[in-house]
Amino acid sequence: MASLLCCGPKMAACGLVLSAWGVVMLVLLGIFFNVHSAVLIEDVPFTEEDFKDGPERIYRLYEQVSYNCFIAAGLYALLGGFSLQGRLNKRKEYMVR
Amino acid sequence: MGSLFRSEEVCLAQLFLQSASAYSCVSELGERGLLEFRDLNPKVSAFQRRFVGEVRRCEEMEKTFSESSGVPGGCWSRAPRTRGHRWRGRLCGCRSSRSSWRRSCGRSAATVPPCAGACGSCASTSTSCARASASPVRRPPWAPRRGPGRSPSVSPSSTLPCTSTLTARSTSWLASFTRGRVNAFERLLWRACRGYLVASFVEMPEPMEDPATGESITWVIFLISYWGEQIGQKIRKISDCFHCHTYPYPESEASRADTMSGLHSQIQDLSVVLEETEQYLAQVLDKVVLALPAWRVQVQKMKAIYLILNQCSFDVTEKCLIAEVWCPVRDLTQVQDALRQGSYKSGSSVECFVQRIPTSESPPTLIRTNKFTAGFQSIVDAYGVASYQEVNPAPYAIITFPFIFAIMFGDVGHGLLMFLFALWMVLYENSPSLRQASNEIWLTFFEGRYLILLMGAFSIYTGFIYNECFSKATVIFPSAWSVATMANHSSWSSAYLATHPSLTLDPNVTGVFQGPYPFGIDPIWSLATNHLNFLNSFKMKMSVVLGIVHMGFGVLLGVFNHVHFQQRHRLVLELLPEMVFLLALFGYLVFLIFYKWVKFSAADSLVAPSILIHFIDMFLFTSNAGNLPLYRGQVPVQTVLVVLALASVPVLLLGTPLYLCCQQRAARTGRPAPVTAEEQEPLLEGQEAGSSVNATKEDVESGGHGPDAKHLDFAEIFMHQAIHTIEYCLGCVSNTASYLRLWALSLAHAQLSEVLWTMVMRNGFVRLNYVGGVVLVPVFAAFAVLTVAILLVMEGLSAFLHALRLHWVEFQNKFYVGAGYKLCPFAFAPNAWE
Repeated sequence: MASLLCCGPKMAACGLVLSAWGVVMLVLLGIFFNVHSAVLIEDVPFTEEDFKDGPERIYRLYEQVSYNCFIAAGLYALLGGFSLQGRLNKRKEYMVR
Repeated sequence: MGSLFRSEEVCLAQLFLQSASAYSCVSELGERGLLEFRDLNPKVSAFQRRFVGEVRRCEEMEKTFSESSGVPGGCWSRAPRTRGHRWRGRLCGCRSSRSSWRRSCGRSAATVPPCAGACGSCASTSTSCARASASPVRRPPWAPRRGPGRSPSVSPSSTLPCTSTLTARSTSWLASFTRGRVNAFERLLWRACRGYLVASFVEMPEPMEDPATGESITWVIFLISYWGEQIGQKIRKISDCFHCHTYPYPESEASRADTMSGLHSQIQDLSVVLEETEQYLAQVLDKVVLALPAWRVQVQKMKAIYLILNQCSFDVTEKCLIAEVWCPVRDLTQVQDALRQGSYKSGSSVECFVQRIPTSESPPTLIRTNKFTAGFQSIVDAYGVASYQEVNPAPYAIITFPFIFAIMFGDVGHGLLMFLFALWMVLYENSPSLRQASNEIWLTFFEGRYLILLMGAFSIYTGFIYNECFSKATVIFPSAWSVATMANHSSWSSAYLATHPSLTLDPNVTGVFQGPYPFGIDPIWSLATNHLNFLNSFKMKMSVVLGIVHMGFGVLLGVFNHVHFQQRHRLVLELLPEMVFLLALFGYLVFLIFYKWVKFSAADSLVAPSILIHFIDMFLFTSNAGNLPLYRGQVPVQTVLVVLALASVPVLLLGTPLYLCCQQRAARTGRPAPVTAEEQEPLLEGQEAGSSVNATKEDVESGGHGPDAKHLDFAEIFMHQAIHTIEYCLGCVSNTASYLRLWALSLAHAQLSEVLWTMVMRNGFVRLNYVGGVVLVPVFAAFAVLTVAILLVMEGLSAFLHALRLHWVEFQNKFYVGAGYKLCPFAFAPNAWE
């Protein structure tokens, strides 16, 4: 795969670091949302209605947010893959500096 | 103890170097980097020193190296050792031969352009001669129009072939020179020869390189035809004045053609020769470029050795160089070994030797560090280099500095990022791209990589204590507070919940609070609205406790100084009152804090006494009815403590000066005073005088006063002691308050972190459909960038600065003088030669 990012090695390194951090943090966040952690209650976009009839609706909201986090983590994994590819390609193309 | 505890013993020594082996001995010493040489000829200017000629030659060689190649120095890991004088001569010869090669090549190149020019102009003029009938003779435009009969050259119809009809022989000169002087030359020719010449000027189509200066000049070629020998001589003289290159111009066509072909073949030969020479020159230069870095290092080392030799003095017999050096006592045998090797290498039979000499000056400070401790030592040295053999605060700073930083920075996520960044730097510390970067800011971070590593590790620890990870609490253990129990007990109805936005969990109700959280702060506090009320109380008390412990430790470190410098009276007369003052007042405060934490629980929360009011009442000797005592007999205990503290102030103020006064009086009345105290007088002066950051060497060395001067110094001692007392007593109060910055910065960090999460990251969770996942990607990127920029870099630097200030001012002014100077050994270290 050609280096789609067309940026220098430093940008690719930044992208790699950001992607790694993003994958780890978003996966963990997703897990914590999935477990319905009380600490994250403020981040769930609930309304007044969701507090009726027991916690089930809140739990569904929690799970939806967790799926969003996993999607974002997956996107970051893709981004990290691109950065890695770009870096490996560039390394092969570069002459001895 | 190891050398990090206090600086090493350094002595003044004299080196006796044979003239013949001086160079190689100094070279050996430079390779090992042990000694600092002192300048024995301070009053001699740089131009009058003995080895100034050698230094100049080395500098010239350096200049040649730098201008002849732009190749930057490669890696110096295998820096070559210096060699002797003869080798330097060879180097000079090599360099001069190279420059002469260049010159000779240039010279041979210089002969070509005129020939080529001559050929070219020959070709052009001969073609113009062929068409001479058509072209009019050029006439100087400014010459006045003369009558047609006046001079034959003016007539427009006369052409070159017409000249052959004239009686006189017409000889032509072919010359070339630069364009700028054409007009002047023309004018002069015209005026001098009064028109009895025919000149045609042709500009060369392409510029050619002047061999002498190397710049490309456009040449103008002119052909002068004239009649008469005298005119010819005039023209020759004029063209000599103008520095023209002149060539004879053959008359007949055939000879012209011959000359042209001859010149062409000459040009060809010359160009072949030039090509070969260029190739050879390129080869020679390639070889030189390979050897150039090594030569450069050699020359730099040579220059350094001669600069050192300039600092030595010659003895009377002119056969021996004497050098005065500061040498660590531990290395004296190594120095002797180096001298022996140097003498052996230079082949002299007499050995050089080193001899220790006594001195009353204060020697420089030498603390040997490795790559780990170098960072911590440098932040201590930035405040002031330790005085000779003073106790060194660096080994304690290895732990206290990262810990105090971490208290202000406590967050697991940020600490982890910092730790990983430092770990990367540490693992790749030997990579040359990291080591030899030119960016200064990066180099600063790289030098402190172990510092940052420890700071990150400790921040993870304090992050777990504060229970903060990117401003979110982690529920490692189940929370100790039970909301369900409280709800059941209070039977909150829906109406009640609707009208009361905040609910209180009362720990007095059984089952609501099940005991303290095993490690750190309970995660339920991150959901509580009175989160800050609880944390503020906790963090302020923690800051005060840590501050008093840190300062007490600083005062205790003074014990080592007093014992080492044989000033045991200071133990009783200074250390004891200082400790009593600190502990009676602020140690008691620490005790009150812990006592209240232990003795009072949620059951007595309504009637719990306020420590602050008790503390104020202690000083004012009053009491407050509403404030219950913490324990029985509190008031008399506090009174005793305050009296003790106040009593220690005059002891601190007058103790040492009176003691010294008595000692001095005893010495003057003839009784043998203890020798140690007298000998240490200079050091005592230095200690007193050097209590400020910028005390210079002269202050420290100002010992050696005569006994008469001691009486005057008594006033000085008194004043210094008074300043010290006031500084200490007021400092105790203000420095304790200063430690509250630990609370302030940790609060700021926590709040910034929370704001960043609430205002940036939360926006990524708002959308509930699957588009939310895509939106979360740029939101997280923004969160990451802002975290690094604001929370890691800005807050990190801020916490670093405050931790540094707490060490430099609050901790070190309890025991540290810092008025020394570093031992800078003469060494050929690789990173010094860039």
